Amino acid sequence: MEVPVLKQGPFLIATVQAALTDDDLIQLRAAMIERVVTSRSQGVIIDVTAMDVMDSFASRTLREIAQMIRLRGADTVIVGIQPEVAFAMVQLGISLEGVITALDLEEGLAYLQHKQKGVT
Amino acid sequence: MVKETERAERSSTRTQTFEGAGPEMGTAVLLRELVAHLRQSRTQLREEWARRITEAQLLTAMNKDEIFAEATAVYDQYVEALETGTFEALQAYARSLSERIIPRGVETHEVVGIVLLLRDVLARSLFAKYQTDFTKLNRILDAYEPAANRIANTVAVGFVQERERVIRQQQEAIRELSTPVLQVRERLLILPIIGVIDPHRARQLTEQLLRGIRTNRAKVVVIDITGVAAMDATVANHLVQTVEASRLLGATVIVTGLSPEIAQTLVTIGVELGKMNTVGDLQGGIEQAERLLGYKVVPIAAATATT
Amino acid sequence: MPKSIRVQIHSDKDIVSARQEGRALALTLGFSHTDSTLIATAISELARNIVTYARRGEIRIRGIANSSRSGIQVIASDSGPGIANVRLALQDGYSTSGSLGLGLPGVKRLVDEFELDSTVGEGTTVKIKKWKS
Repeated sequence: MEVPVLKQGPFLIATVQAALTDDDLIQLRAAMIERVVTSRSQGVIIDVTAMDVMDSFASRTLREIAQMIRLRGADTVIVGIQPEVAFAMVQLGISLEGVITALDLEEGLAYLQHKQKGVT
Repeated sequence: MVKETERAERSSTRTQTFEGAGPEMGTAVLLRELVAHLRQSRTQLREEWARRITEAQLLTAMNKDEIFAEATAVYDQYVEALETGTFEALQAYARSLSERIIPRGVETHEVVGIVLLLRDVLARSLFAKYQTDFTKLNRILDAYEPAANRIANTVAVGFVQERERVIRQQQEAIRELSTPVLQVRERLLILPIIGVIDPHRARQLTEQLLRGIRTNRAKVVVIDITGVAAMDATVANHLVQTVEASRLLGATVIVTGLSPEIAQTLVTIGVELGKMNTVGDLQGGIEQAERLLGYKVVPIAAATATT
Repeated sequence: MPKSIRVQIHSDKDIVSARQEGRALALTLGFSHTDSTLIATAISELARNIVTYARRGEIRIRGIANSSRSGIQVIASDSGPGIANVRLALQDGYSTSGSLGLGLPGVKRLVDEFELDSTVGEGTTVKIKKWKS
């Protein structure tokens, strides 16, 4: 199932669903790179509120997305990780290191806007 | 969440047919005779038992009427278990009895005591009845004893299990109470940890904190471990995990009150203390948190001085 | 809701099915949301190993109980290449990036009991159990 990606001002918001397969994630990775370039986006939010499980593959792929978007000069913020999912992640040993995280969409946008103002 | 409450059902198969010959048939017939005797002598044996309970100073938390009422219920369940050979109803009854009497302060030794007394009262009545036929007495006892022991066991174990369940519940409640996640300012949570932390409590703390971060939309959390006596590697790991999980929810964690011993434990398990945000004491931690949140705290004296 | 589930694993979609069904069963059995997520995460990792290394296999999930407590059991089995060095696979030497290896040490941390049986050329079976606290 394709992940919907919306444009909000200079930013892109991708909203992930619960039943996210590996293929969906791989498609998302390709789609995000393309969209960031074509819309000359300054920041990306990936909303994982609906994600029931974050396993090693999902975590790795999200990190890759963030890295690739960084190469385009934009920031990625992962938002909406649920308390139980965060708990399971740290138990499993995956930490999304190097990736910016925020509580929710509102916080994520606030971060990107703040960053945007700060960067000259 | 699965809730275990069962009420004893007084259904029973009062008729049992037995086919075939052999020792099994003998036992079944004897048990039937035994049950009939116990039913006939019901009034007298219950009274005897209640008397013995009071004499032995058991169930002192209850009055005479209550003791007799419970004695009646136990007696009837006992006889029913002997008759049907099934123990589910008895187990359910034992649980509901325990639920009633534990809050009254009845203790394990009392429950074990009264069940053994009943066993004795019934055994003696068998001696009295069959004293002229020693062989028959022996055979009746052969049938009675295993069943009676199993019944005593079922009731005692049922009581103990219920007691353990209550204790666990109480411990859980105490843990919850003693691990408050405090909202001190908007977007700032403080989690003071006091006392001994075992892995179970550590995990509970983490879960509570993460839920708190979400509910309060906290951006900074100050975890104060000044009150923690000692921390082993397992619990230190939990602390590190809590910090990491909080970050995943977008919150920054400041750890305060780190003693040299605990700092050593963290280093030993491979934590790079330089990466962890630590401040000496709680006050300092809160100040740093406020700075992170963009608050500026000005002493009142200075503020009034400028007006 | 059946007390026992069997999911054939051939593709990445099956990873999602297995973990969703596992989570649902865990909740039915009375596990907390947090524990159900741990169980679902473990299933996801085990199912992914099957897809990645063995191409096809099976996940069986069911409720279990002994005299004092109840819980859940997951068996992930495949007839893939097997694990050559089990000790290495279970070693927690890899970084938290999780990009190397089978992620088995991580799965171990999520559960209470962990059993691994593997024969090179024949296949692998991982059995995990989690008890309700």
